[in-house]
Amino acid sequence: MSNLETLKTELAQNRDISKYQFTQAVGDNVMVVPKEDILSLLRYLKDTDKYDFLMDVCGVDYPNREKRFDVVYHLFNSKNASRLRIKCAVGDNETIDSALPVWKSADWFEREAYDMFGIIFAGHPNLRRILTHHQFVGHPLRKDYEADRQQHCTSTLPIFFDNEGEERGDVLNPNCVPLNIGPSHPAMHGTLRVMVELEGESIVRAGCEIGYLHRCFEKMAETHTYNQVIPYTDRLNYCSSPMNNVGYCKTVERLLGVEIPPRAQALRVILCELSRIIDHTVSVGTGGVDLGALTAFFHLFTYREKVYNLFEKFCGARLTVSLTRVGGMAQDIPDGWLEEVLAFCKEMRQEIDEISSLMLDNKIFIKRTQGVLPVKASDAIAWGYTGPLLRACGVGLDLRKTQPYYGYDGLNFDVPVGTNGDIYDRYLVRVEEMRQSVRIIEQVCKNMPGGDYSIRDRGIVLPEKKDVYGNIEGLMNHFVLVVRGLRPPVGEVYDATEAANGELGFYLVSDGSGNPYRLKVRPPCFAIYQSFPHVVKGGFIADAIATVASMNVIAGELDR
Amino acid sequence: MALSTNAPANLSATDLAHQLKDREAEELGKSFATTSRLDDVIAWGRKNSLWPLPYGTACCGIELMSVMGPKYDLARFGAEVVRFSPRQSDLLLVAGTITEKMAPVLLRIYRQLLEPKYVISMGVCASSGGFYRAYHTLQGADKVIPVDVYIPGCPPTPEAALDGIMLLQKMIEDGHPRPWKQNWKAPDYV
Repeated sequence: MSNLETLKTELAQNRDISKYQFTQAVGDNVMVVPKEDILSLLRYLKDTDKYDFLMDVCGVDYPNREKRFDVVYHLFNSKNASRLRIKCAVGDNETIDSALPVWKSADWFEREAYDMFGIIFAGHPNLRRILTHHQFVGHPLRKDYEADRQQHCTSTLPIFFDNEGEERGDVLNPNCVPLNIGPSHPAMHGTLRVMVELEGESIVRAGCEIGYLHRCFEKMAETHTYNQVIPYTDRLNYCSSPMNNVGYCKTVERLLGVEIPPRAQALRVILCELSRIIDHTVSVGTGGVDLGALTAFFHLFTYREKVYNLFEKFCGARLTVSLTRVGGMAQDIPDGWLEEVLAFCKEMRQEIDEISSLMLDNKIFIKRTQGVLPVKASDAIAWGYTGPLLRACGVGLDLRKTQPYYGYDGLNFDVPVGTNGDIYDRYLVRVEEMRQSVRIIEQVCKNMPGGDYSIRDRGIVLPEKKDVYGNIEGLMNHFVLVVRGLRPPVGEVYDATEAANGELGFYLVSDGSGNPYRLKVRPPCFAIYQSFPHVVKGGFIADAIATVASMNVIAGELDR
Repeated sequence: MALSTNAPANLSATDLAHQLKDREAEELGKSFATTSRLDDVIAWGRKNSLWPLPYGTACCGIELMSVMGPKYDLARFGAEVVRFSPRQSDLLLVAGTITEKMAPVLLRIYRQLLEPKYVISMGVCASSGGFYRAYHTLQGADKVIPVDVYIPGCPPTPEAALDGIMLLQKMIEDGHPRPWKQNWKAPDYV
């Protein structure tokens, strides 16, 4: 009996499920339920320990339907890696209960669904815009909003906080010092804005404002063909672009039902692990800068440049590589590239030890980070933490182990976990993960499979240039595929990969046309960063800066 | 030798002696001093000591870090002293997408910079909005502030960024006219 059927029989015992639908879509378990039941259902699923993570809440717009919107919840069980998608139809002027009383992680996700679609979540205490600016009128991800209709913003908001219980967020406490940091501030990494109320140096209240880099990825995805979306994914987490390419292409390939050749899988693993290394070097390096250690930044960028050189040799680009295509890779590796990667790994092994002694053994660094603003494992799960930050709390969840893809299950590597969930453990985990990534790359390089780097399905992958220029079939194939675009079947899929910051999920809805109907990104740092005001409460302002750095918030994927 | 050809034939011995002395003085002067216009000296100083404010918002910000980093090393052009306070810098390096939400902030930062001030927009997003022809993306930083140098690329390579900075240095050296700045009117923002 499958998971879904077990759930169905169990639910039938304690509630009326005559209006529920249980289906399987491309291997995902899906439940469609009436919106009135959603809160009690989520509470039941959480309390009976069936699912411990609420990974994502998002909306989908179907303007021609009687009830226009779908609110889609993605649940995850970290023990057996099972997932469940719950969908509720909501009309234009209807409300749906907020999931906030059950899962804290629903907070920003629901605000985003409100901002993008205008779906009202009843009981949400802070249902205001999150990504678009405060003067914005309308809801941009509705199908009737044109992608390029810009609305200018001519002012900035004063300091404000979230409403909490009886306390109003826009009324400041006259006994505290209000302080605004960002969005243009070195410690805010360019685009974050943090507002605090201080008593001495302690934080009484904190608030975040995001969206300063909201450049409409999801709307752009709806107006471009499937392969044209790949360059946009590069710019989600721009510290580790190839991982976003891989996550997106893997999702589309699952919807298409194709499996890419072993060589393409191996190449994707190498690219992912190389970018995991450079993502962590940036995180550790800028973390050092935010604590006053500028040397760390200069030193660690030397290693980053080496990986950039490898990327540049592979494809010509350094940062935004767009190396994957739906169905495989864009091209094969040049001669001698693997040897260079292996040489880099050899170098990197020693250099990671150096980073470790430079940062983690540094007395000042230890004093600034050890035991500072720790997060409990239970809280981390409730907020939807994934990746290094969750592992720093002692939860050994890594999708490469629990839901292996691309042959990760055949590779030897360990998943490092911390104990306290403090800032020090986060860096400890990151540095150790770099060592493990080196191990992975070495294994894959030594066992690189031969064969093609891409599938050769004529409806999916463009023919090779020699065929396009050499024979009429190739030319026609190229022409048709460019004009029509590749067209996945009608359906929907959620797929996740372990990116450098945690679970990077893509929820893709296809209506059978050449463009995605809806593409929702579940960025790892979005869930993590929403906990920031709660984590830093009572801490020092300087420790709050260290916390932002250790969360490794990348505005590109946070704001999309 | 030159002296004898230039000297008129009826020159007295004393005049000749004076002329010799002047010439000696001139030769001597050339060995340790140069003459120039004050403007040129100031421009030379300015172009070699730009203090940038790195307004890195997105991917280009990461490449800008490479430009500052050990390999490409902006210090070679005298511009390594990055200042995060607009009061202390004279070059605004807009590196990355500027969204509608960010536009008022960028304008305020620009106004806080002291004269003389220069702006480089790094990458296509800051220059024109790039491939984000979208509802929340400002179609170029020059919609709100005057830009001196545009660097193409998505993101530009560090070499391209250095080229842009060298171009600005050349503009400062030559005293290139900047009508886009002279005629700039601040948008009507709060």
